[in-house]
Amino acid sequence: MSSQDLPAQDIGPKDLTHPTSDVVEDPRHLDTASQGRLIWLSFRKHRLAMAGAAVVLFLFFVAVFVEFFAPFDPHEFNSTKIFHPPQMLKLVDNSDGGFAIRLHVNSMKIVRDPLTLQVSYEEDLDEKVYIRFFGRGDTYRLWNLFEMDIHFIAPVDPDQRFFLLGSDRLGRDVFSRTVFGTRLSMSIGLVGVAISLVIGIILGGISGYFGGIADAVIQRIIEVLIVLPSIPLWMGLSAAMPTDWSVVMRYFAITVILSLVGWTELARVVRGRFLSLRSEDFVTAARLDGSSRPRIIFRHILPSTYSYIVTAVSLAIPAMILAETALSFLGLGLLPPAISWGALLFEAQNIRSIVAGPWLFAPGFLVLIAVLAFNFLGDGLRDAADPYAALGE
Amino acid sequence: MLIKYIIRRIAWSIPILFVVSLLAFLILQAPPGDFITAHTAALLSDGQEVDYEQIAALRQHYGLDQSIFVQYWKWISGVLVGDFGLSFEWREPVSTLIWERMGLSVTLAATTVLFTWALALPIGVYSAVKKYTFGDYVVTTIGFLGLATPNFLLALILMYVSVVYYGLDVSGLFSTEYKNAPWSWAKVRDLFAHIWIPVVILGTSSTASIIRVMRANLLDELHKPYVTTARAKGLSELKLLVRYPVRIALNPFISTIGWIFPQIISGSVIVSIVLSLPTAGPMYLTALKSQDMFLAGSFVLMLSVLAVIGMLISDILLGIIDPRIRFGR
Repeated sequence: MSSQDLPAQDIGPKDLTHPTSDVVEDPRHLDTASQGRLIWLSFRKHRLAMAGAAVVLFLFFVAVFVEFFAPFDPHEFNSTKIFHPPQMLKLVDNSDGGFAIRLHVNSMKIVRDPLTLQVSYEEDLDEKVYIRFFGRGDTYRLWNLFEMDIHFIAPVDPDQRFFLLGSDRLGRDVFSRTVFGTRLSMSIGLVGVAISLVIGIILGGISGYFGGIADAVIQRIIEVLIVLPSIPLWMGLSAAMPTDWSVVMRYFAITVILSLVGWTELARVVRGRFLSLRSEDFVTAARLDGSSRPRIIFRHILPSTYSYIVTAVSLAIPAMILAETALSFLGLGLLPPAISWGALLFEAQNIRSIVAGPWLFAPGFLVLIAVLAFNFLGDGLRDAADPYAALGE
Repeated sequence: MLIKYIIRRIAWSIPILFVVSLLAFLILQAPPGDFITAHTAALLSDGQEVDYEQIAALRQHYGLDQSIFVQYWKWISGVLVGDFGLSFEWREPVSTLIWERMGLSVTLAATTVLFTWALALPIGVYSAVKKYTFGDYVVTTIGFLGLATPNFLLALILMYVSVVYYGLDVSGLFSTEYKNAPWSWAKVRDLFAHIWIPVVILGTSSTASIIRVMRANLLDELHKPYVTTARAKGLSELKLLVRYPVRIALNPFISTIGWIFPQIISGSVIVSIVLSLPTAGPMYLTALKSQDMFLAGSFVLMLSVLAVIGMLISDILLGIIDPRIRFGR
């Protein structure tokens, strides 16, 4: 980033994170700015897109450090705390008559209706579970490498439990499980899109650059794949997986299945760009200059398609997340003990369990937030992808 | 020229259908084992006796001992004369099982499309004309939410709310007394009393995207000189809007008529399972799980045929509207 000594202009609150800026409104600098910089300048004006980007980054951050962010072991079950309702985090503590600021939740005790014998939970105002940040809890191995026992939030007394999002039918902590689900759900979109991106760039590039028979063949393949109904096809392919496969095997199989269908859209985007760039003056100039084909493709054409590819990718990831959620929800995708948002929603499949524990919907709202954030991000990128048009207004 | 173009498109869809049907069959055949193995496993886990000789006979009877391409050939040549094979699980011809359910799926999808358009197109126009107003922001926000909510989550929440707060059961498409009744006017009326819940659930995501597309299309048109000209000549705002820019902005939707339909049917599979609708979706899932491949294969094939027909209709409509397409490649 170029630092300038001109007075900074007021561009909005999100600019606080980038105090180095600068001269967006000074048109002279736009002439010499790189394309990446132009995209950034115009993207930054898009508030929703910036918010989306922040949420996406946060979710990926959580996904990397799930063991740290989850207060408890997601597989730990507790037969005395089945369908435990969520507990509110509270700050003001006046239990000993005084007034203190201490983070805590009120404990809940089981009460049994004398007539129907129906079990329910009731807040126990006398007993509190105190909570602290960066407290010690279960030991875990971060990325299977470092042994640690620090958790972002943990009960002061490691033997106590609290349920921010309630517990499920086995008494497992839904909050910890949802946090753990972030890893598989977010990464499946990323890995899946990476695979479809490679296929899409190669086939779309060949199709757009060479044209002719190669183009015709690839277009026909895409046509066939579009005709196949995607959800039933995914279901069919997932059902074909042996149920005794390990979690890792299923994970990769599902990413491959999702990307087998997902690459067509990316290929179309790349093809369209290659077709129009092929006849641009700078490509002709490079060709007349004697550049080799790979050089023309990788050095001259491909960089001009980046912005479109990034946009297509940021819109393809949420589609993959949704697809994985749907498959796992049906019991065809990731199976327990794997934890993804979809696999967690599998628990909320029948009306009886959601009536007993409506908080089981929680992972669904995370899916919603993630998909929304990606969509905002993608929308902002799409608007910013053509920086000259956006800034020239 | 147009006739020639149409014939060319129709001729082209035949090889596509062939490849698609082969692919569908191969994919559904891919799981190790077949219905008989799944069936024996189920019997064994129930602790029942299994007669292996009988199993071999069954396998031969259904032709499962033959190579996959022979099986495909037998199946597809039957399909061409309307025989979709036998469902192992139901022990009935697929064609008797699937038509009613497919019919309900198609009805559901058609109602959804009509609902979506009736709702989304006017909203899209409103949102474009009143760009950056409060109303526009509300509509855009709802649109984004609709796009991001998984359909099945919406279905679950709706089910939960109606059970807990209203004591209603929103699953299914018919009241109990009509479930197994033969078709009558009363049953049709009952169907339309129930169908709106899945329609709203299925419609949300496509409504959202149609609103956004319509808004963007119309915004492109509204600044063109012909609009200014018309306004300068004193045309009323409404007349001006509906007569020219809206008509042009609708063009892209004509090309979507074809594929939106099969797409909604395919998308409705999961919602149908959640709401246990008597459509083809839940049947497909059980067929997949029990490896009842002729039933599953026929479902995928029918959806593909719908998609091909849809593409054909879209292409032909576009060819009629835009001469460049039929003269071009």
